[in-house]
Amino acid sequence: MRPALLLLLLLSWWCAPPAGAAEPLVADLSTHYIAITTGFTGKDVVLFGATDAPCKQHDAKAGKCDVVVVVRGPNGTAVVRRKSQIAGVWMNTLQVTFTGVPDYYAVYSTRPLDEIMSPAMSALNDIGANNLRLGVVEKDRTPQQIAEFRAALLRQQQRDDLFVEAVESFNFLNDSLFHLPLSFPANVPVGNYTVLTLLVRDKAVVGGQTSPLIISQDGIDAEVNDFADHEALAYGFVAVVAAAMAGWLASLPFRHA
Amino acid sequence: MDIYLPIAEISLDVFVLLGLGGVVGFLSGVFGVGGGFLLTPLLIFIGVPHAIAVASSANQLVGASVSGALAHWRRGNIDFQMGIVLLVGGFAGAAAGVWFFGLLRRWGEIDVAISLSYTLLLGTLGSLMLVESTRALLRQRRPGARRKLHQHIWLHGLPLKMRFRRSKLYISALLPITLGFCVGVLAAVMGVGGGFVMVPAMIYILGMPTAMVPGTSLFQIVFVAAAVTVLQALENGTVDVVLAMVLLLGGVIGAQLGTRFGTKLRGDQLRALLALLVLAVAGKLAFDLTAQPADPYSLEVLGQ
Repeated sequence: MRPALLLLLLLSWWCAPPAGAAEPLVADLSTHYIAITTGFTGKDVVLFGATDAPCKQHDAKAGKCDVVVVVRGPNGTAVVRRKSQIAGVWMNTLQVTFTGVPDYYAVYSTRPLDEIMSPAMSALNDIGANNLRLGVVEKDRTPQQIAEFRAALLRQQQRDDLFVEAVESFNFLNDSLFHLPLSFPANVPVGNYTVLTLLVRDKAVVGGQTSPLIISQDGIDAEVNDFADHEALAYGFVAVVAAAMAGWLASLPFRHA
Repeated sequence: MDIYLPIAEISLDVFVLLGLGGVVGFLSGVFGVGGGFLLTPLLIFIGVPHAIAVASSANQLVGASVSGALAHWRRGNIDFQMGIVLLVGGFAGAAAGVWFFGLLRRWGEIDVAISLSYTLLLGTLGSLMLVESTRALLRQRRPGARRKLHQHIWLHGLPLKMRFRRSKLYISALLPITLGFCVGVLAAVMGVGGGFVMVPAMIYILGMPTAMVPGTSLFQIVFVAAAVTVLQALENGTVDVVLAMVLLLGGVIGAQLGTRFGTKLRGDQLRALLALLVLAVAGKLAFDLTAQPADPYSLEVLGQ
């Protein structure tokens, strides 16, 4: 907790705009820390921001103005497996291992991405799940296979609410002040997240800000998980002793019956 | 009320888990069987990952067997010498089984392997039980002919002969070691105590006196399940102690109620019902294995 706070302080200092500069966009989160405890059922974090010029209406005179928010969890490795039928049984027969897969990835925008920026620009900025740069571990997979497995990866993550693309959930309070609820589901992975907010005007990024967000397990569950990870042998013994004690204790009231 | 399982990393209704443990415990109380062979598939049906269902079942098995083993110990119904020889094989089997389990996990075939082995096991077990109980229902019990102390078979003559005083046996130690090994593998790969293999094998292959069988079998199950739990935690990180505890709590209460209930009911009809239940679970597993999956692709996130 303490190092996490320190990191947070450092990051917010680092991300803060230099004094005096007129920023086209200022944004921050209602909280920078989400604790996952026993009863965790998901959490909403509010992102609020202000633009230097009116951004609510897309009128021709002012030029088209849009906000894009990219929430990205820590990168990990994901194995996608495909089943096929062997002797009547569905077995995993082919797999592709992707690296650099964010555990969580959400893009919110005021309009569909392809209307806001050119495909080349969203690809360049790594915006949109289709533009994620993923590595492939297996060297002998065809581009066709990789494309199919990649689509399956995105599909599965979207089904689990871990990859999100949403349009028009921004709430503008006036022409330039807005807030946006970021909903994290109950199964949100832990780690250090970044929330990137971009201001786009006439298909050009004119301002941006990064806010850190830390999601971490807290309480007894976190300790059990940590213990099982780092002291696997001791955890195994504790599990055995606890089960033996519980089994014995629970049978005591019935012993003389 | 949901409870978060820290290793499985999912939330499940605590009353569903207690009820599940209770039902399986109740059945094991009524029929005097371990019930582990029903617990793992039922956990899989409610959404616990296959590998965690197996390893956590082994963990709860420690607790579920310990009170029984203690009761038999007090009555002097454990052949410790036989138990220890069985354990030599059992520990080796547990180690081999957990290693094989890890290998299957890395290949991505652990789910299929678990479902397939359970389908085969429950299918065979259920059919045998159904045949046996229908026969028993159809005919009246005949007075049994007096049997010899035990039948000597050629297997008993293998090298490394040992004298087991409590069981009044002089047989090759290779036999119980091999038996222990097989049960150890079963415990590791399937999370079951293997009483349904162990008990008949002890009576018909080893030729042990029936009075010594349940106690000695329970004694070795406690330690094999303990070894599997530790090894699974170390090798595969699949033991969810919170899950095991909740199941245990339901299971112990269910078992006590089951034991009382069982004495008031007719065994033959109950066994036929259990057989049908076991066959139904096998059928569901077989269906899940062979039916067209909604999405042939599956995803495993390995983390950073």
